[in-house]
Amino acid sequence: MKLITAVIKPFKLDEVKAALETFGVKGLTVSEASGYGRQKGHTEVYRGAEYKVDLVPKLRVEVLVDDADAEDIIDVIVKAAQTGKIGDGKVWAVPVETVVRVRTGETGAEAL
Amino acid sequence: MKIDSGSTAWVLASAALVLLMTPGVAFFYGGMTRAKSVLNMMMMSFVSMATVGMVWVLYGYSLAFSDGGGLNSFIGGLGDWGLVGLETSATTDDGSGIPSLVFVAFQATFAIITVALISGAIADRAKFGAWVVFTVVWATLVYAPIAHWVWFFGPEDGEGGWIGAGLGALDFAGGTVVHINAGAAALALALVLGKRKGWPRDPMRPHNLPFVLLGAALLWFGWFGFNAGSALGANGTAAVAFINTLVATSAAAFAWIVVEKLRDGSSTTLGIASGAVAGLVGITPACAFVTPLGAIALGLVTGAVCAFAVSLKYKLGYDDSLDVVGVHMVGGIVGALLIGILATTAVNEAGADGLLAGGGVGLLGKQAVGVVATLAYSFVVTFIIGKIIDMTMGFRIGEEDEVAGIDSTSHAETAYDFGGIHAGAGAAAPLPSAKVADSAPTKVEA
Repeated sequence: MKLITAVIKPFKLDEVKAALETFGVKGLTVSEASGYGRQKGHTEVYRGAEYKVDLVPKLRVEVLVDDADAEDIIDVIVKAAQTGKIGDGKVWAVPVETVVRVRTGETGAEAL
Repeated sequence: MKIDSGSTAWVLASAALVLLMTPGVAFFYGGMTRAKSVLNMMMMSFVSMATVGMVWVLYGYSLAFSDGGGLNSFIGGLGDWGLVGLETSATTDDGSGIPSLVFVAFQATFAIITVALISGAIADRAKFGAWVVFTVVWATLVYAPIAHWVWFFGPEDGEGGWIGAGLGALDFAGGTVVHINAGAAALALALVLGKRKGWPRDPMRPHNLPFVLLGAALLWFGWFGFNAGSALGANGTAAVAFINTLVATSAAAFAWIVVEKLRDGSSTTLGIASGAVAGLVGITPACAFVTPLGAIALGLVTGAVCAFAVSLKYKLGYDDSLDVVGVHMVGGIVGALLIGILATTAVNEAGADGLLAGGGVGLLGKQAVGVVATLAYSFVVTFIIGKIIDMTMGFRIGEEDEVAGIDSTSHAETAYDFGGIHAGAGAAAPLPSAKVADSAPTKVEA
């Protein structure tokens, strides 16, 4: 199993969610995040005083998937989240050792 | 009591309009602070309505607007304390005036908002109890005397306060008494309290710009009472003040966002709100003495000058957090001095002719004296009051409390609960001492 994490632009959430549902992903976790990459924040001006805002608001989407599906799902996310402009975010996957469904106690692929 | 009912109705309504400006200031300032100190900011304005309202009725009105005997040029007496005996009197005997109590109420709202204006300079860091004490002492020792200097006219010509009745300087609705006064006091308190932790290195961005716009809107609305109500009658002078309050503000709001566009690249909501307030400040002393075209000129100049003046604090290194100095002090000075240039008796015989109306530089000189006297007295006396409060009870909260946020550390409240992790079950539960727990059935041992 793999944990896929995607950091995306907040307004892209609906498209990413829809694309994952169409693919057949049964569940995901979304949380608010802030950070920066090459985009490096932006500048705001208040009464003539400039402020550098380094941390840009993003959403972190996490999905637990079967090894076989991982590459396809990453493709799905990237396609849905892409605008082509700087600041689109990143997607990565890491191996997962154990997964347990809390309600039933099922483990492994059964629990996804 | 013989009165003019139309005038009485207008000034009654105006008093209510001006009182609404203080909550307006609360929103205007509150939106500009960070989310962790918005309640304290708004509370400082609100408490002025609580304390200064009482001070005014008890003795403040008397100090400002009654005869002071030998000291009459500088301060009123205590003859009208508690408004005793004013209940059935009118401002004039011939039936052209309004009930004295209507005038008292109208002026009370001015004292209240002047004190509230100062608080913007000391956002995030003032000990609340110290501020409450300050509101009472400042209204007594600074506001009442300056109001007397400028606005108390005795029954004889030339009798009354030394700036208005004595010198003949013009201040229709409070450029000196309210705005220069509050601005100079704000500068003094900003110096007494010192910079906020992290200023100017850390960004201290406004947390709610819609609040700022709401506050500016309430201020503009209420300001029609402030300026046109100062005619103390439903008459032509009120009409001049009203249209000038509209158009000078339009011009200043416009000038500010043009400066921003040219200087910073974007016109901002904070800019248009600030420009509107700067224009209102600028036109305040001049509103019944200039033509509508003069008001446009005054508004454009005030808006542009204040748009630059708010940057001064970074160069000079004082933390006037929400720009009371840059907007109210500077705007008040610009407005008061422009009277000397733009005033004309063509719109109001009770006024005077400035430079452009052929009146020479005499009026400009008088205006300058009024401005300097107000600046000096307000700054010095406020600085002394602030220092004494700081040395006795302390005027500033502890560093840890300031960093954690003054709302929770001084008022035991936070402004916002938008949900999220901290809103779930278990994050907040009533203490055992709260009612909820008290009313729970107690177990009785068998």
